[in-house]
Amino acid sequence: MTGARSAEKPGFWIAFLVVVAVLAVAPLWFPNSFWQRLLTEVLILGLLAMSSDLLIGYVGMVSFGHALFFGTGCYGAAYALMWTESPLALWLALLLGLVGAAVMGIFVAFYSTRLRDIYFSITTLVFAQIFWVIVFTWTDVTGGENGLVFSPPRLSFLGLFAAEFTTMSMHWFVLAVVAMCYVFCRRVTQSPFGKVLQAIRENEPRTRAIGYNVERHKMGMVMLSALVAGLSGALYGIFNAYAAPDYFFFLQSGETVIYNVLGGIGTLIGPVLGAGVFVLLKELFSTYWSPEYYLIPVGLLFTAMVIYMPQGLLGFLRHKLNT
Amino acid sequence: MSELFQDLVVQMLIGISTGLILALVASGLTLIFGIMDVVNFAHGELFMLGAYMGWVFFTMTGSFWLGLAAAGLCVFVFGLIMQRSALRSLIGSDPLTTILATFGISLVLQTAAIWIWGPTVRRVGAALTGHIVVFHLQFPVYRFMVAVLSLAIIAGLWLFMHRGRFGLWIRATTQDRQMALAMGIPVPLVHTVVFGIGAAMAAISGYLYAPILGVDPTMGVNNILRAFIIVVVGGMGNLWGSVLAAVFIGVLEALAVIWVSPALAVIFSFAALIVTLLVRPTGLFVAVPR
Repeated sequence: MTGARSAEKPGFWIAFLVVVAVLAVAPLWFPNSFWQRLLTEVLILGLLAMSSDLLIGYVGMVSFGHALFFGTGCYGAAYALMWTESPLALWLALLLGLVGAAVMGIFVAFYSTRLRDIYFSITTLVFAQIFWVIVFTWTDVTGGENGLVFSPPRLSFLGLFAAEFTTMSMHWFVLAVVAMCYVFCRRVTQSPFGKVLQAIRENEPRTRAIGYNVERHKMGMVMLSALVAGLSGALYGIFNAYAAPDYFFFLQSGETVIYNVLGGIGTLIGPVLGAGVFVLLKELFSTYWSPEYYLIPVGLLFTAMVIYMPQGLLGFLRHKLNT
Repeated sequence: MSELFQDLVVQMLIGISTGLILALVASGLTLIFGIMDVVNFAHGELFMLGAYMGWVFFTMTGSFWLGLAAAGLCVFVFGLIMQRSALRSLIGSDPLTTILATFGISLVLQTAAIWIWGPTVRRVGAALTGHIVVFHLQFPVYRFMVAVLSLAIIAGLWLFMHRGRFGLWIRATTQDRQMALAMGIPVPLVHTVVFGIGAAMAAISGYLYAPILGVDPTMGVNNILRAFIIVVVGGMGNLWGSVLAAVFIGVLEALAVIWVSPALAVIFSFAALIVTLLVRPTGLFVAVPR
């Protein structure tokens, strides 16, 4: 669907800039910092969902273990920030988060070439869960159930112009990272590399017969997905100044898949929308019903969408607009 | 040294009995996958639901066996409804779609269990208390009973599938859905009933597990991972492979507990999964790889 054009139409850039501008300015009119922070959180979780979409939507591999990369990214950032308070800490945190996620990514990438469909899903799920157990029980290093608490870094540009993060500057920083990641991921999916992956999704034996190295392409995409997920985890750690073992938990991976299905698989921006809808529904049901049981209505909605509206909200809207 | 030997024997027996309880979950899972290509992520929640249903009837009547029957029956009916209402329309579509749908159902069921019964652990009394002596070691009778019962149920399932018309239908549908349909077999009915049977087996397994570890809303999640590992190690869709793999994983984890904490024992299962996927992705216990 998307990614059919090799060069962007000007309309895309206009729409992109408008959306980014709205997202940047809108929080200024939000009544309080709670809603501002909520929007920032949606962007970070949206980035996680986008990374998962790279695999689900463009290779057809459903990872049920993206929490692994997210959690490692978060803990990587946490260790960096506990270790140093230099003006470069912010960038070091992001870097260490990426390195952590890359290590995990190598392992999963290695397996992704041997496993297809459900085997990939189950193995990623089990692998992430193992790390949850390790993080949960290895209290000396990971803080165990309590997680790691640290002071947030200062915003700086390569160590210069250091300033404390405010709610808004944090939002703009996250928005900038997410927007750049989106453009980058979109470019990748439209590149020849991305086209080969979509060919693999449609017909793997044929792609192999044409002469493409299926394994190498899959590994590359898993690595990219792991890195983007790790980046979102590192951002989340910096944003909350907190790393919890829950970020490794199965539910985090599951919610990532839910964002994708809600928003629309294979669109990159859909999952971000899905994350927004999910967080909004969660807030809504938590406020008006109960913060513990919001998964009952949201889970029902999700199941119904899988069955009746598999193209997701974005796909549904697009279909409506086109006809 | 003899203390280690004692530990080994006791943990081995515990592992075998735990493995056989898990075999009930895994064989239901593999049966459902074999016949309709559905990977049931909600299977752990059916396991949990069975334990709760049994607990409800156990506290009401005071009888362990009535609880067992109620657990099996209630979840059997629930499985029929679940398959009929949500999964039937998805059969034949991408297996990933069914993973997502059953995952959604599992979230709903798990949260609903917390909502209805609360997060506290509920206790079910064992049908048989007391210990028997093996090599001068005390071993709970209940675990022996559970092991025998689980084996009997799986043997019963095997007989059901190999004697009588309905079993023939099940095997025919597993082999070739289209052809079975053409031969006049009511394939949708077979699918629904098989799902119900798989659900009931998970429920019975959950209830049998209850006196050992108690009943709580997360018991499904905690055990479904192990069940998935078992199914992959045993070979997807292979009944006896699953049983063997279940005992294997059960013993492996029980022995691991001698040296590491119970929470970390699952890592050994994961290692078994990795080795299986590397060496024989079709399953360790498959006689003739297809």
